[in-house]
Amino acid sequence: MQGTERDLNYKETELCLGLPGGGGGGGGENEVESSPKTTGKRGFSETVDLKLNLQSKEAGMDLNQNLETCSKQTACTKDPSKPPAKAQVLGWPPVRSYRKNIMANQKNSSEECEKAAFVKVSMDGAPYLRKVDLKMYNSYQKLSDALAKMFSSFTMGNYGSQGMIDFMNESKLMDLLNSSDYVPTYEDKDGDWMLVGDVPWEMFVESCKRLRIMKGSEAIGLAPRAMEKCKSRA
Amino acid sequence: MSEDDERQQSPPSDLEFVSNKARNCNATGSGSGHPEFQSAYPDQVLENVLENVLHFLTSKRDRNAASLVCKSWYRVEALTRSELFIGNCYAVSPARATARFTRVRALQLKGKPRFADFNLMPPDWGAHFNPWALAMAKAYPWLEKVHLKRMTVTDDDLATLAELLLGFKELVLVCCDGFGTSGLAIFVNKCRQLKVLDLIESEVSDDETDWISCFPEGESQLESLIFDCVECHINFEALERLVANSPSLKKLRLNRYVSIGQLYRLMIRAPQLTHLGTGSFSPSEIAGQGDQEPDYVNAFAACKSLVCLSGFREIIPDYLPAIYPVCANLTSLNFSYANITAEQLKPIISKCHKLQVFWVLDSICDEGLQAVAATCKELRELRVFPVDPREDGDGPVSEVGLQAISEGCRKLQSILYFCQRMTNAAVIAMSKNCPDLVVFRLCIMGRHRADPVTGEPMDDGFGAIVMNCKKLTRLAVSGLLTDKAFDYIGQHGKLVRTLSVAFAGDSDMGLKYVLEGCPQLQKLEIRDSPFGDAALRSGLHHYYNMRFLWMSSCRLTPNGCQEIARAMPRLVVEVIRSADEEEMDDAVEILYMYRSLEGPRTDLPKFVTIL
Repeated sequence: MQGTERDLNYKETELCLGLPGGGGGGGGENEVESSPKTTGKRGFSETVDLKLNLQSKEAGMDLNQNLETCSKQTACTKDPSKPPAKAQVLGWPPVRSYRKNIMANQKNSSEECEKAAFVKVSMDGAPYLRKVDLKMYNSYQKLSDALAKMFSSFTMGNYGSQGMIDFMNESKLMDLLNSSDYVPTYEDKDGDWMLVGDVPWEMFVESCKRLRIMKGSEAIGLAPRAMEKCKSRA
Repeated sequence: MSEDDERQQSPPSDLEFVSNKARNCNATGSGSGHPEFQSAYPDQVLENVLENVLHFLTSKRDRNAASLVCKSWYRVEALTRSELFIGNCYAVSPARATARFTRVRALQLKGKPRFADFNLMPPDWGAHFNPWALAMAKAYPWLEKVHLKRMTVTDDDLATLAELLLGFKELVLVCCDGFGTSGLAIFVNKCRQLKVLDLIESEVSDDETDWISCFPEGESQLESLIFDCVECHINFEALERLVANSPSLKKLRLNRYVSIGQLYRLMIRAPQLTHLGTGSFSPSEIAGQGDQEPDYVNAFAACKSLVCLSGFREIIPDYLPAIYPVCANLTSLNFSYANITAEQLKPIISKCHKLQVFWVLDSICDEGLQAVAATCKELRELRVFPVDPREDGDGPVSEVGLQAISEGCRKLQSILYFCQRMTNAAVIAMSKNCPDLVVFRLCIMGRHRADPVTGEPMDDGFGAIVMNCKKLTRLAVSGLLTDKAFDYIGQHGKLVRTLSVAFAGDSDMGLKYVLEGCPQLQKLEIRDSPFGDAALRSGLHHYYNMRFLWMSSCRLTPNGCQEIARAMPRLVVEVIRSADEEEMDDAVEILYMYRSLEGPRTDLPKFVTIL
């Protein structure tokens, strides 16, 4: 473990966006090109639009699949000896369309399927709250554009060309947080406040309970926690 | 509940091949004297006696046998048959049926093949009730009961039944379509003697007619009203009045537009119910939050005769404890539209000691099935449906659940089990633990999926089922299967009457094994399996004994099917193209063939060719 101290420190503080076990988890479509750990820096913009197949500790949950299905124990992966299933085959599995329609029409399940992910957005100093439906966006970029429009009288400051925080660059991050610019933060399922952008988009949508846009200087306390959390996911 | 219920032990009764020998038989046997004079009186006496005796014969199988004894018996049997069952509406024409059986009071007809339920058949294929409705109205003015399955019934047909059949008492429509609330309105209004109106899993179009209000005013003889499949709002006040006016009402199954508050009001008016479908089992949206909730527990407690509970179409699980008072008496519980967890199920199921029939969603997981196995020692029938009916969906139930059920529910006779994974070991265990199995339908939702533990095909599991379950008459197979599985079925499945095959087998041998080995086979439905013309040929000796054969997306050619058609003149060989397919000359997409006395039917849609 005697790599250069600097390297180790860097690894500890690095916010990782890739797959915990190193790149290329369970055969997802858009694999990260290289292991984030080895090369370290990777522009955020490269990862923003990635659809990551997260092989998280919740054994093999493919986030690219419907998020609304109740989480159950996940089944074994498909039989490798046969061609992988593509689109659903007509009339298979043999569940009567009558029954399928009933399940689709049920209040509860349809609520889950179509349920928007509305979260409150507050901005420090702004007199009003807004609500956004996170499901309307598919990336941090789009969300940040929308937020910017919503709170247009407040500048979003120095976010870099992508419009969001570059977590990869620690010094840049600290600069931002030390400034009086605004950064978006969110409260996650566990009740912790995090910096927006530290996890893959889909995971963010799932775990975000509310958004708060605060001054960088106030958010400074969140950065280490965000990094820690990310590490613990690795 | 009768979702695809094949409980009747029915012989091939949709077709009668009366041997010529029987027709020529002389009943008296006396040889001397003037034949006409001498035989007239004894014949008449015998026939009168026979008539009285045969009235007691109710089983179809017995009646078919009796009709083959000789001409006299044939005649008398035909006069005394009051319940007519026709398993394939195209096997015999209305004219022929009404000509032979002149005193029918109850008619049961089945139309489309089962695979039509899964959208494998283009719509408007046929199975129209109309010619039957007209024939019945003329020939059987005293007809009381009609029971249809998978047929197209129009509003006019309903009107015909109601207007021309004065004593009509019972209408049961299972998996039917073609009619709407306006037809229902006319029907219930004109049928003054109506006792039973059961609409089960049928498609009813919403013509925005308030049909419930059309029941006649005053006291009604209604004993059963099942409309849980009707997907439209109903006039609740009218329903409440109807229930209040129906002291004989025993079965009531409400649709999802009836809220739990409304259910309460109905239940307190009808504590005599034996079968209840609860409707939505959630409050209506309009109900205020602060409104006093009625005492649901009390309402259920008052229903001391309740044995069959279903519904829960939009369940709010918080209300489940209301049913505790009836659990101990329940013999049948249908939770198959209720997305509940194991934890929510346990307090209910632990009280259901008498349960014999249980339908449920896989949302209860293996854990829920273990709870069922722990309590329901009298279980005869289990059906586990998928919440997520996709090939690669989540798999909340597995071999663990099946194993648990097999160990806990030794009296099991019928099982339908959807899952994402299954092992041979669990299936073998069930074959040994549940020797009374009559129906075994396992649907591993991933096609060609092997045993996840051993990597082997599922041949041995299904083999064990046919070997160990000596009473098995219905089997549906799935998962990765080689010809070996079919070899087992052909060798041991001697009582199998219905077989469903999908994405299975390696070669023609698979189908050959079955056609050559299963003498009782009546209904064979196959899809997406590599069986071709040679395999088809191997069943020539048997097709007249079958109700039908369905093969879709297999390896059949028009020539192969033509060969069968030529060899068997009493077989109707339909080649069906799915609507958007172009005509492909060298492949048969759907083959549906069935024996028939009538030859090619006259109501063919353009996508069907009869060879």
